[in-house]
Amino acid sequence: MSVDSSAEGFADDGAYNLRLYVAGQTPKSLLAIANLKKLCEEHLAGRYRIEVVDLLVTPQLAAGDQIVALPTLIRTLPPPLKRVIGDLSDTEKVLVGLDIRRRDPG
Amino acid sequence: MGKEHRPTDTEHGVALPKTPTGIDGLDALTFGGLPTGRPTLLCGSAGCGKTLFGMTFLVNGARRFGESGVFMSFEERAQDLSVNVASLGYDVDALVADGKLVIDHVHIERSEIEHSGEYDLEGLFVRLNHAIDSIGAKRVVLDTIEALFGGLEDTAILRAELRRLFAWLKDKGVTAIITGERGDGQLTRYGIEEYVSDCVLLLDNRVIDQVTTRRLRVVKYRGSAHGTNEYPFLIDEEGVSVLPITSAGLAHPISREAISSGVPGLDAMLGIKGFFRGSSVLLSGLAGTGKSTFGAAFVDSACRRGERCLFFAFEESPDQIVRNMGSVGIDMRAHMDSGLLKFEAARPSLYGFEMHLARMNRDIERFDPAVVVVDPISAFRGPSMEIHATLIRLADICKSKGITAMFTSLSAANEQMTEGERSVSSLMDTWISLSDIEANGERNRVLYLLKSRGMNHSKQLREYRLTNHGVDMVDAYVGPDGVLTGTARVAQEAREREASIVRQQAINRRRRELARKRAAIERDVAERISALEAEESEVAMMLEEDEARERTFTDERERMAQLRGNSA
Repeated sequence: MSVDSSAEGFADDGAYNLRLYVAGQTPKSLLAIANLKKLCEEHLAGRYRIEVVDLLVTPQLAAGDQIVALPTLIRTLPPPLKRVIGDLSDTEKVLVGLDIRRRDPG
Repeated sequence: MGKEHRPTDTEHGVALPKTPTGIDGLDALTFGGLPTGRPTLLCGSAGCGKTLFGMTFLVNGARRFGESGVFMSFEERAQDLSVNVASLGYDVDALVADGKLVIDHVHIERSEIEHSGEYDLEGLFVRLNHAIDSIGAKRVVLDTIEALFGGLEDTAILRAELRRLFAWLKDKGVTAIITGERGDGQLTRYGIEEYVSDCVLLLDNRVIDQVTTRRLRVVKYRGSAHGTNEYPFLIDEEGVSVLPITSAGLAHPISREAISSGVPGLDAMLGIKGFFRGSSVLLSGLAGTGKSTFGAAFVDSACRRGERCLFFAFEESPDQIVRNMGSVGIDMRAHMDSGLLKFEAARPSLYGFEMHLARMNRDIERFDPAVVVVDPISAFRGPSMEIHATLIRLADICKSKGITAMFTSLSAANEQMTEGERSVSSLMDTWISLSDIEANGERNRVLYLLKSRGMNHSKQLREYRLTNHGVDMVDAYVGPDGVLTGTARVAQEAREREASIVRQQAINRRRRELARKRAAIERDVAERISALEAEESEVAMMLEEDEARERTFTDERERMAQLRGNSA
């Protein structure tokens, strides 16, 4: 499990714990990782931890988190569990999916 | 697509390797099972048994063929699955514990998932791959993969990924069953049959006249011959079984041996003193003509010879039959106790005929009887086409196994053949018709042989009685007015006796009259003679008188002359 965290404070500090599942260093995986980092820096600066799980290394983790599609981003904290799939290129949807931004009523 | 992946093995003269499903009948009609190392699409509408079918494939693989399997469920949770299939006697949890089975529940909830950009199903591949490798699985079931379409957006990606998945399964070399929900106008709702094209099985659960029949059809099987019909299949506490009707040929061996019908009088009517072994006998008749009794007599005689008998009862419970047959002196209980006789009773409406047929086939397979009685086939109601097909198959099954089968059928009172009779009549080797003849205010039972192939049989109508010692054939009275039965027969005999008495009496009367006449004439003659004699004697008397008077007159004159002469 490769952990890439931008550490500033730990659990129970209201930080976003994010886990990104990928399978190998595919362009899609790399794109998703890059998109995620960029997005977190812009919107959650200092309030997030990112964990990247490569299923080619640890396939047994796929069933536990009900992973089907890849890449899958899971917000493990704060509850409830949220998931976003795709290469995270649509920043708006990621923000909505992670409850960082309310769905635009307009 | 499937086509490009591998040239069919048969092209090289090698038979396509097949993986047995362990499902009775299915392996027969696919000549060995599903294509090994290829995905098979199993489609059907809700509730037609796709999941159970898939689970049976895996459980049989693990138990009987030493092949472990992975069940990837997209609908039911693992716990629910194991509970559901426990009703078939499958202990899934034990198989999981033994490392022979992996159940992975893939849960996707569309509302919980936000989509952002492109994705693939690599996660599914990873999971599946991990599950397969963890136990060295040879069999995989994906149930129902189309659930993904409900959970994920962008069907274009999904389609591409599914295509990749099926190709991947082939590369992996696992024999897979992929289930799919039946869609409008196509086999599956999302048309995945496009990608899984090596073998397609279609399950169907049709309700006709409120009776459900499960059917299976092999839609295609690339590189292999297969049965093309719809075959009924059965899911019950004994698992899944498909009715194989591969024996539709007419090549079954025949026997010249005769076996008794159990009714001596009937045996005498049949040219060979019984039925041919392995032949089919139809016994049709009106209500109350003793069809079941004939069936019971047949079973009784077979059991006495030590043969196994299977009695399919569709109208009476076994206990009822045993009791009723006791009244005609047939002890079926003893045969049941000795294990030679087995009853299988079910209401005709319990399931469709095809289901009955599947069940009967299975019972026949298991019990391996020499004699089968189906009482009655007319209990099946429904479209004549289906009854016909069902009965033909049943008769075929019996013939192919050398079983002597007796089918009873209730005729309609108007003497028209019932659907059941019409449809099987041509298939039957012997057709015995029982009927009631109504005359003189009473009904009498008569029997005649409509046909009996391969023997010179009696063409007579014969009266029979159901007595407390079985069926009793009575010599028929054949007189100038045709066959007479019952009291009519007795009456006719009496009438004839009476007529002869009357004739005798007439003769006697004439004789007496003649005697009287003779006496009268003789009396007359005697009278006349006596009259004549009387006249004669009168005449003689008159003559005497006259002579006397003459004498007297002469005497007088002499005296007077004396007197005058003396004075002159």
